[in-house]
Amino acid sequence: MSSTLTATFPASPDPAARALTRKCDTTGLNVCLEAERFIKFNAVSAVVFLLIGGIAALLLALTRWQAVHLLRVDWFYRILTLHGLNMLIFWILFFEVAVLYFACTTPLNARLFSAKVAWAGFAQMVTGALMVNYIILKGQADVLMTSYLPLLAHPLFYLGIILVATGTLTGVFNFFATLYVARRDRTYEGSVPLVTFGATAAAIIAVVTLLHGAIVMIPTFTFSMGWTAQPDPMWYRMIWWGLGHQSQQVNVCAMVAVWYLIAQLATGARPINETVCRTAFLLYVLFINIASAHHLLVDPAVGATWKIWNTSYAMYLAVLASMIHGFTVPASVELAMREKGHTKGLFGWVVALPWRNPAFAGAVLSVLIFGFIGGITGVTLGTQQINIIAHNTLRITGHFHATVVGGTSLAFMALAYYVIPLIFRRDFIWRPAARIQPWLFGGGILLVSLGMSFAGSMGVPRRIYDIDQSGAFGAAAHLMLGVMGLGALAAVAGLLLFVLLCVGTILAGERNEGRPMADWGVASTLAGAREGSLADDHWAVKGTVALTAVFLVCFAVYYFANWKALADVWPVR
Amino acid sequence: MNHQTKEPLLKRVLDNPWLLLVLGVLIPFLSYTAWGWIELVLVQPAALP
Ligand code: HEM
Ligand SMILES: [Cu+2]
Repeated sequence: MSSTLTATFPASPDPAARALTRKCDTTGLNVCLEAERFIKFNAVSAVVFLLIGGIAALLLALTRWQAVHLLRVDWFYRILTLHGLNMLIFWILFFEVAVLYFACTTPLNARLFSAKVAWAGFAQMVTGALMVNYIILKGQADVLMTSYLPLLAHPLFYLGIILVATGTLTGVFNFFATLYVARRDRTYEGSVPLVTFGATAAAIIAVVTLLHGAIVMIPTFTFSMGWTAQPDPMWYRMIWWGLGHQSQQVNVCAMVAVWYLIAQLATGARPINETVCRTAFLLYVLFINIASAHHLLVDPAVGATWKIWNTSYAMYLAVLASMIHGFTVPASVELAMREKGHTKGLFGWVVALPWRNPAFAGAVLSVLIFGFIGGITGVTLGTQQINIIAHNTLRITGHFHATVVGGTSLAFMALAYYVIPLIFRRDFIWRPAARIQPWLFGGGILLVSLGMSFAGSMGVPRRIYDIDQSGAFGAAAHLMLGVMGLGALAAVAGLLLFVLLCVGTILAGERNEGRPMADWGVASTLAGAREGSLADDHWAVKGTVALTAVFLVCFAVYYFANWKALADVWPVR
Repeated sequence: MNHQTKEPLLKRVLDNPWLLLVLGVLIPFLSYTAWGWIELVLVQPAALP
């Protein structure tokens, strides 16, 4: 274990940096104590917001599950607003700042640029998030997370979001300043490690995101105060999605960086070709943000050329990037496993993977759910023509619960199984429960996503309190909402278990100072195995190639089935 | 960073976070935001019946 960790980021002994750093007992790396402090603050806050969002998730699912229909109508929309913001914005952004602070310090053997800046960012974010949650629960911001004008919330709502955005931007600034200083002082040799590179891509996208946030939220705030005129609703939607969509792409980058990291920690896998991986991140930086346009595919004020360029031709370069990562992560794992001697057949290496390691299991589920469900549905729904039969149905919600929940959130949870022992220096309590947590959460969210998607295919809208009023939906749609509801019970149980494990460990886990963290399990090495032995074997990753073929077939079938569904809307006889 | 030994262009681009930052902000701002904004400005007011 410790040998794989050390190999991940070779530490360079620099006595000058010692005073403000500690040496990690597991990896031997230098950990900046200031960075560590803010990683803790941000990670704990993230988990608190995840908990709030999770409770809201349960209430929502039990309301959309028409047979249960739990909440009252006003509380449904209130809780929906609460869920969207706490999950999509707060849980994710706080965790991301923690990832950024890690990625710019320890792997580079660097120290955080400024604790004051970190305080300033964190204080803004916490204040903002508390303001938003307070005003939502007070019932003065029932505008859903998108807060589309002319819906109007209390000014505190917008101010809170602005504070979260500027606070995150402050953290991102700290990240870039740390990168700058580390490079200037040459704390590392050559290129930054891949994890740091992925985090840099995430930070760049975050800048774009938060600039849009500022552009749209400031005039909306001044309008809500009665100081300025109402911004144009169509303009609002366009700029808002520069915030709403792109904040998700920050996650995608961070998630992919986490995949590479966990693959390496648990199996010793190294990217087959670093330049290819980095180029894929570059494609994200350049092209992923323009896909914001897919949220406006049925909006009349922007033209087809703008829509198609931004959601298809140019954006497919970002899809290509995801497919590159989706291939290289499993391929590098397969190569590492075969070099360890697990060479039987096409998939013998899969059986020998460290499945009992919750970080690894979570990362695998994240790759699969993100790729097979999130990715395939995303590209299809983002096609202008097809979008017309899916827009504002539960298919959309089904898609993004596969990306931001099954993909990103699960990857972040997986990372926590290393972050908490290494940063809080306590070993996890209740380890058998931790080993099943990713399966519970991942399996649950898979059902949520499928249930939503199939219900949506039958026309069930998203953001609707009661579908029975219309009388349009039969038993099949209700069955699918039931599947979603059962999945939600499992997913929320997995989420609560995660929160319990984290909080329990931080408070009562056994301290591991002075010794390596308790091992979660890594891939075994068989006798006679030799590292690098397959470097020139072009068929060494045949299992991954087979999986990729399956993926591409699924993709093609789904894509064309949707064109068929579109064609069936206007049958010509 | 020292570029005396010429590295391949792609590697130099990838190793330059500031260039990536500029490109990463510029491309979406031009392709999505500015172009979209222009489209909105060009929308004609609807003729009342
Ligand atoms: C614990 C698992 C979760 C369950 C069971 C769940 C369930 C739901 C349900 C039932 C809805 C309402 C759909 C509708 O009526 O339109 C919803 C909306 C949403 N969820 Fe989740 N969710 C979960 C986790 C998450 C996470 C982790 C995120 C983000 C990282 C997230 C982001 C969203 C967003 C953005 C919306 C849309 C809000 C809106 O339409 O304004 N969810 N979720
Ligand atoms: Cu989007």
